[in-house]
Amino acid sequence: MAAAARLVLRTASGAKVLRAGLGWLGAPIRVPHAAAHFTFHPDPVPTRHGPTQKMNLFQSITSALDNTLSSDPTAVIFGEDVAFGGVFRCTVGLRDKYGKDRVFNTPLCEQGIVGFGIGVAVAGATAIAEIQFADYIFPAFDQIVNEAAKYRYRSGNMFDCGNLTIRAPWGCVGHGSLYHSQSPEAFFAHCPGIKVVIPRSPVQAKGLLLSCIADKNPCIFFEPKILYRAAVEQVPTEPYLIPLSQAEVLQEGSDVTLVAWGTQVHVMKEVAAMAQEKLGVSCEVIDLQTILPWDTETVCKEECFLNLEAPIARVCGYDTPFPHIFEPFYIPDKWKCFDAVKRMINY
Amino acid sequence: MHRITEMARSKLGAQEMRPNTSYRLRVSVLARAQRCAAKMAALMRFGKLCRIKIRVIGQSSSFKGSPTCLLRRTFSIYGRLSQQTFDSPSDKPQFPGASAEFVDQLEFIQPNVISGIPVYRVMDRKGQIINPSEDPKLSKETVLKFYQKMTLLNTMDRILYESQRQGRISFYMTNYGEEGTHVGSAAALEPSDLVFGQYREAGVLMYRGFPLDLFMAQCYANADDLGKGRQMPVHYGSKELNFVTISSPLATQIPQAAGAAYAMKTLNSNRAVICYFGEGAASEGDAHAGFNFSATLECPIIFFCRNNGYAISTPTNEQYRGDGIAARGPGYGMMSIRVDGNDVFAVYNATREARRRAVAENQPFLIEAMTYRIGHHSTSDDSSAYRSVDEVNYWDKQDHPISRLRHYMTARGWWAEDEERSWRKQSRQLVMEAFEKAERRLKPRPEWLFTDVYDENPTGLQKQQEALQRHLEQYKEHYPLDLYDK
Repeated sequence: MAAAARLVLRTASGAKVLRAGLGWLGAPIRVPHAAAHFTFHPDPVPTRHGPTQKMNLFQSITSALDNTLSSDPTAVIFGEDVAFGGVFRCTVGLRDKYGKDRVFNTPLCEQGIVGFGIGVAVAGATAIAEIQFADYIFPAFDQIVNEAAKYRYRSGNMFDCGNLTIRAPWGCVGHGSLYHSQSPEAFFAHCPGIKVVIPRSPVQAKGLLLSCIADKNPCIFFEPKILYRAAVEQVPTEPYLIPLSQAEVLQEGSDVTLVAWGTQVHVMKEVAAMAQEKLGVSCEVIDLQTILPWDTETVCKEECFLNLEAPIARVCGYDTPFPHIFEPFYIPDKWKCFDAVKRMINY
Repeated sequence: MHRITEMARSKLGAQEMRPNTSYRLRVSVLARAQRCAAKMAALMRFGKLCRIKIRVIGQSSSFKGSPTCLLRRTFSIYGRLSQQTFDSPSDKPQFPGASAEFVDQLEFIQPNVISGIPVYRVMDRKGQIINPSEDPKLSKETVLKFYQKMTLLNTMDRILYESQRQGRISFYMTNYGEEGTHVGSAAALEPSDLVFGQYREAGVLMYRGFPLDLFMAQCYANADDLGKGRQMPVHYGSKELNFVTISSPLATQIPQAAGAAYAMKTLNSNRAVICYFGEGAASEGDAHAGFNFSATLECPIIFFCRNNGYAISTPTNEQYRGDGIAARGPGYGMMSIRVDGNDVFAVYNATREARRRAVAENQPFLIEAMTYRIGHHSTSDDSSAYRSVDEVNYWDKQDHPISRLRHYMTARGWWAEDEERSWRKQSRQLVMEAFEKAERRLKPRPEWLFTDVYDENPTGLQKQQEALQRHLEQYKEHYPLDLYDK
């Protein structure tokens, strides 16, 4: 997949080469999906967790996994193609450093990957299972929902698979289409017993992933793939934890609350700026981070029903499978979100 | 590293290596556990350099208790000088996916289901030993324990099935006819070996010493249930006895068992995992996943398939077309055997050897125990709707694990009519006592509805619990609170 991504980018800039060889086809029709729908806003450099290093998102994941394999001798990482470094390079160097018994490929079978991971966790070792794309998590749905989530409850706390963490690349990427763009967190959002976490940046990703690994409940960690290379920050090299189930208020505001997670947080930051500039509206921006169990305290719920001056607006993709060429029209970009703010203010 | 290559080189080099001839030698390595693996990998690379195929076919370790965790691993190496080098691909296929010869005749492989994998047995249907060298020659005490556990299970099944019919418990599944598969395999394991079951393996738990009180407590979902009353009857579990709690979805335990075995291997725990399932569950994708993972990842696990002829109403000829489950094993690169599941000694022998080798060689074993489900699938099933009473009677009367073992015992003078009568009375009494106690016991306190979803209760759930409490205060007459513990 990473190789395919590189090819697309090169083609966009190296169209000259293409034209020379295929000149008889005429000028290529260039579809404008090479430009991203957001701008990544790095957070200020963290000072509380020791020395930092410039890392992008996949490197921050590697750093978290490296810290884990180093400090926890029972930890193992497995999934499709993780041995050579992973299709998104999240596990580069780990097999050489920690050995083939701890970082290994599995056969191509998601239900097996998660089932196997549950067993590793039940036996007392730390299991970090990779699903190659969140779009392919569905064969493992039974193991996640019927087994992992219910292990502790159904056994009266005699057995549990809290040592399991499932990681998967998540979300739109510009050209991923139906099966490389999905955000399936909603399918898991009402499944008691698991935790679902989605970071917005490298610093958040490392801290949240380490919290998921340390957490004594099975966790699903979705990694926004469009940020793997695009998001670069100064990330602490030592391990640190960012607490789960605590939403983060990134920006205070008084008129409208914008709640988002993952890539969309950066869209919403821009929407907040646009709303301030064009509408004079003050927006609060909240990164939910943990989808389940989610931080109802920070976000507010039925108790604030009487305090709302307008109905809650959901701005998201349409109820269709994720399309390929129509992605620019499909995604909840900043203009749609801005328009929702505008309509809400004028309700 | 140099020492090993020198050792191997000297042993191999001493003879004149002829192509396509096997050489067997033993190489002993004394090192820390991880270093052993590294040294072995180095030896394999050396073999490649000399164009010798090296395969590890046996391994034993000792010095487990040594303070610096040193292990002595002895490797038997089968060496075969391969004729072809990679740069002369003319004769042999070079595909990375399979190693085989070319053939120039078009011929499909015919699956053999008429005379498939043979069924290993030790006793005939009358309980007489066929080949004395296969008799495990267990002590009288052990054999009596086998018999008593099987019959106690049978007695408990009768009473609990009846109790469901009378509306005392909501559901039950009997184990009639399959007691031999449970007890024979359980006896062959170490107590620390981890068991993953499906739902018809109560005899394994009984053999390990799970008390009747706790069987009953789970079925009655009373306050003594270790599972805190959350599951339907027969969904037993015991941390102390290393029996993972049963779950209803079929075959989900199979890849989990492979994972647990892998973890045990990396933790160097010398434990095995056994995973039970029926021939119906073996059709699930999870079964394929578990088998494949266990073979590719070299897990110390025994897959034990109870082929009892039916998956609820579905007979085996509608479940599969191949030669049962055992024939699938070689497809995964897995050691496989088919045994007579109603012969408790055959089950014992096969499981014992599989367990020994699974742990010693870190590879999975598949045992298909042929048996017959004498009872209905569950209390929700009436099997006369899909099979004849004659068929059921045949197995009950002519080929039953309990009666075959009884013949073996009576032939040796270890059991007779008197013992049978008094044991029947005693076992019934034990079961009835536990039954009456479980009946009288209160149900668990309703707060336990809310605990153990996560390791700690999340705030949202706490609020829901408080809401229920308030609701119960106001509407208590509509709820059976008297039946529940406070």
